[in-house]
Amino acid sequence: MNNRLSADLLVIGAGIHGCSAALHAAKRGMSVIVIEKDTAGRHASGVNAGGVRRLGRLFPEIPISDRSMKIWNNIGDLLDDDCGFQKSPQIKVAENQAELEKHRERVRKLNEMGFHHETILSRSELQAHLPAVSDHCVGGLASLEDGFALPYQTTFAFQRKAIELGVRFYENTRAQKIRRDGTDWHVITDNGTFSGRNILNCAGAWAGEFTRQLGEPAPVEPIAPMMIVTSRMPRFCNAVVGATGRPLSFKQMQNGTVVIGGGLRGIADPATNASHMLFEKLRQTAQTAIAIFPIMQKAAIVRSWSGIEGRMPDDMPVIGPSSIHENAFHAFGFSAHGFQMGPGVGELMAELIATGKTNSPIEPFRISRFTNSC
Amino acid sequence: MKSFDVAIIGAGPAGMASAIEATRNGLSVIVLDEQPAPGGQIYRAIETVSDQRAAILGTDYLAGRDLAAAFRNCGATYVSGATVWNIDNGLKINYSRAGLGSDQISATSLVIATGAIERPTPMPGWTLPGVTTAGALQILLKAHGAVNDDVVLVGSGPLLYLVATQMLTARYAPRAIVETTPAGRLIKAARHLPRALTAFSYLRKGLAMKRKLHKSGIPFYANARAVAIEGTTTAQAVIFQSGGKSHRIETTAVALHQGVIPNQQITRLLRCEHDWNANQHCFVPRLDAFFQTTVENIYVAGDGAGIGGAVSAALRGRLVALRIAEKQGKDTIARQNDVLKKLKADQAIRPFLETLYAPSPENLLPADDVMVCRCEEITAGQIRHAVDLGAPGPNQVKSYLRCGMGPCQGRMCGPTVTQIIADHRKKEVGEIDYYRIRPPLKPLALAELAAIESEPTRHTPL
Amino acid sequence: MFKRVQTDISNPVSIEFEGQKIDVEQGETVAAALMLAGKRKFQESAVSHAGRGPFCLMGVCFECLVEINGTPNRQACMILAEDGMKIRIQKAAIEETDR
Ligand SMILES: Cc1cc2nc3c(=O)[nH]c(=O)nc-3n(C[C@H](O)[C@H](O)[C@H](O)COP(=O)(O)OP(=O)(O)OC[C@H]3O[C@@H](n4cnc5c(N)ncnc54)[C@H](O)[C@@H]3O)c2cc1C
Ligand SMILES: Cc1cc2nc3c(=O)[nH]c(=O)nc-3n(C[C@H](O)[C@H](O)[C@H](O)COP(=O)(O)OP(=O)(O)OC[C@H]3O[C@@H](n4cnc5c(N)ncnc54)[C@H](O)[C@@H]3O)c2cc1C
Ligand code: FES
Repeated sequence: MNNRLSADLLVIGAGIHGCSAALHAAKRGMSVIVIEKDTAGRHASGVNAGGVRRLGRLFPEIPISDRSMKIWNNIGDLLDDDCGFQKSPQIKVAENQAELEKHRERVRKLNEMGFHHETILSRSELQAHLPAVSDHCVGGLASLEDGFALPYQTTFAFQRKAIELGVRFYENTRAQKIRRDGTDWHVITDNGTFSGRNILNCAGAWAGEFTRQLGEPAPVEPIAPMMIVTSRMPRFCNAVVGATGRPLSFKQMQNGTVVIGGGLRGIADPATNASHMLFEKLRQTAQTAIAIFPIMQKAAIVRSWSGIEGRMPDDMPVIGPSSIHENAFHAFGFSAHGFQMGPGVGELMAELIATGKTNSPIEPFRISRFTNSC
Repeated sequence: MKSFDVAIIGAGPAGMASAIEATRNGLSVIVLDEQPAPGGQIYRAIETVSDQRAAILGTDYLAGRDLAAAFRNCGATYVSGATVWNIDNGLKINYSRAGLGSDQISATSLVIATGAIERPTPMPGWTLPGVTTAGALQILLKAHGAVNDDVVLVGSGPLLYLVATQMLTARYAPRAIVETTPAGRLIKAARHLPRALTAFSYLRKGLAMKRKLHKSGIPFYANARAVAIEGTTTAQAVIFQSGGKSHRIETTAVALHQGVIPNQQITRLLRCEHDWNANQHCFVPRLDAFFQTTVENIYVAGDGAGIGGAVSAALRGRLVALRIAEKQGKDTIARQNDVLKKLKADQAIRPFLETLYAPSPENLLPADDVMVCRCEEITAGQIRHAVDLGAPGPNQVKSYLRCGMGPCQGRMCGPTVTQIIADHRKKEVGEIDYYRIRPPLKPLALAELAAIESEPTRHTPL
Repeated sequence: MFKRVQTDISNPVSIEFEGQKIDVEQGETVAAALMLAGKRKFQESAVSHAGRGPFCLMGVCFECLVEINGTPNRQACMILAEDGMKIRIQKAAIEETDR
């Protein structure tokens, strides 16, 4: 197809998933248009905590997360941009024996399944990794070969590489209706109508609208995880750290600032693109950070933010073909841990769209798990 | 949590006048200001200033004494040393009391009277110790009686000449005044003169000030360009072109000024709409005739509503209070009309001043090697490069380069970043917009957050 | 050099800067007091570690950050000098631990 507004693949949403799928599809020789209501990386993909984490993932996600990790490890080769990616251990601190026991059990299960990336840290091993950790912590669960990256830089790099490979981005263009006409899909926007053989729904927290239009509604809940960042501090932590019994994600960036999150949610208002902080809740995050790293008693918060993300009831994304229509696909609802999966899911979506199949086990992520039951 | 009819942020002329008028109309009022005493920028230290210093600062300054006294007696709850760090859309306000932890209050109406800040003045060497703003020198003089005999003043704007005059009166005249106002501005401004003449007292004061400075023998350098500050670890000299020649003045203290702009942190935080004001070269919150923002019950009084000076600041403060009282059922229309008339008269001088003292082009669009973001040390060239890569606006440039992410939270680079992007993309500045401002408004100790009182919010937690 | 218009300090308060004792006037901010004592460098910039000193004196630029009584990131221009305060230059925060 050579019409200005048509392509082999229409992608709705220029988050990391839309950009990554577009890039990989272009690498397979497809012509691609990406439609984005704001600008690339404006939402979850540009503002997340940057955790490139396999640690603690739900079991069905692990193979895909692994596939992604392989791309992350050579991200510069793919994108000509290092994305600020740094290899670093990810550690979940156990604050008591019961928590540590839970981790032991998880490692046993993983080993049985053939995965060996997660290991138990004894108290002294924990202290060797995290000299600043509070004395009361008894050990931890670690994935030593994970890392973190800079979210906006990464999503922007995916977009730029995709453009280089011929992908056309229409930003500030809102998809309103999708419609099928013969073998072609049409996306009607406030900026013209686009046509294509395939359509991919990567609309994040807004994806529910398109599943509804396709007749397979999925319960995407818009959520707004909250983050805070401190001014620069002396280097005291070289791992990405979480707690076990209470919400925390904690990491010191290369420049010394400390980014703290952990899943406590503010208020998401997807209709206006706004999200609001709830400091009464962040108070708990502050307490947890100080409890685990007493040095944080001296930290000063310079900024806070949140972003709008789509969450599914079972905290697992929807990945795969439409259960009703041919040539329609979904990749959304990453439930606050989809940044790490961006490179891998994009690759497998392109594979699926171009060839009709993928080796990755995506069955657990089928959309019909919601449409059949509700 | 205590609640009030009106919460006023800022105890400058706008905040004080607003509190006086609101309490007079029976409203319960709280005033929060981070300074140790009322006065704001113009009337800083007005309650404690010595007679000797008062004589240096002049009659416009002393006019603040009566206002501050009336404010003290008006019955409003006044909390000094209170830094407001968050306001949510239910008008619940968090503020930090220097070292004493955080408190919160709520209000039905909010008056943002946080005034102006000096426009950032990027140029080579502006981060060297020894370089300050001109306003900083004035603050040292007003609040601390501190003077310096080795100052070179650089820039443009009424405040620059006021500071020079005050230094002269204190017998510590600046070593030189380097004016960056481009040639021809006076002719451009002249078309606003007829209107300005209706505010004759301002014009007369301004002329008297300049006459006094010229007579004093302070060297003036006009139409200065290519201004830079030299020094390795501290400021050592100012260099510039003026009158077809290169100049170099050795000095340890350089004070920069390019006018003042509204402090927009709180209106941005509350997602009020802003418009680009091409005359004042700054963003101004979009306001109705009674200074209400695009968000119901949130008002801006004083210089935060667009630069208007101290007299207008107080008038705007009163008008806003009268309007809030009217909404609560008081008959204040006659008084509102009276204030509106005075406001109109007081503003007559502005177009003339704005044209005459518009910031210099090299300040608005600095050269590639000039550092724009002081905290993260990002240059104008890096910002242009990010735009070339495809970053469309300030928020993307910020995410990509970290400019605006340091402790000043973008106050010192935001206006310049927006202007550079607009110019580089050949777009209107208003279209490019500004950083999204997120709480805390000022850095907040993590330990203080860990200890905030936790009351159930009005929102259902998700 | 900065000087006081009044030559005498009438209500002295004693502070320490980098171990050096300085007498200042009660009611002065830490920034004003240090500038009057001839100090110009207050902190090292976080990125290049260049010296920085107060710029705006009204709480907006954050160039006057110092360490006061062991707590970093204090805004010297917004804090009044108090008897016995121990003030240090705020070092660029990144000091790699040898690990
Ligand atoms: C604060 C925060 C911290 C996080 N931390 C981590 C972490 O550390 N590690 C990790 O792995 N994950 C993390 N996540 C989750 C991760 O960011 C997301 O899972 C991931 O970015 C989702 O990418 P996406 O492309 O699906 O969605 P998005 O980035 O939200 O992209 C969807 C895009 O679709 C566009 N769109 C929507 N509707 C339309 C329409 N009608 N027309 C056109 N365009 C439309 C949107 O504007 C948006 O740009 C975090 C998320 C948040 C919010
Ligand atoms: C440095 C400087 C010096 C000036 N000197 C003069 C002068 O000598 N003569 C003149 O005519 N004009 C001067 N101006 C112009 C001045 O802005 C107005 O004349 C006048 O002060 C405006 O009054 P206002 O009430 O709007 O704001 P301001 O007088 O600026 O008062 C604002 C108040 O809000 C407080 N505030 C701000 N943010 C917060 C927060 N987050 N929490 C709590 N409190 C907060 C500040 O501490 C301040 O006291 C000066 C401006 C500046 C920036
Ligand atoms: S000198 Fe600018 S914040 Fe203190």
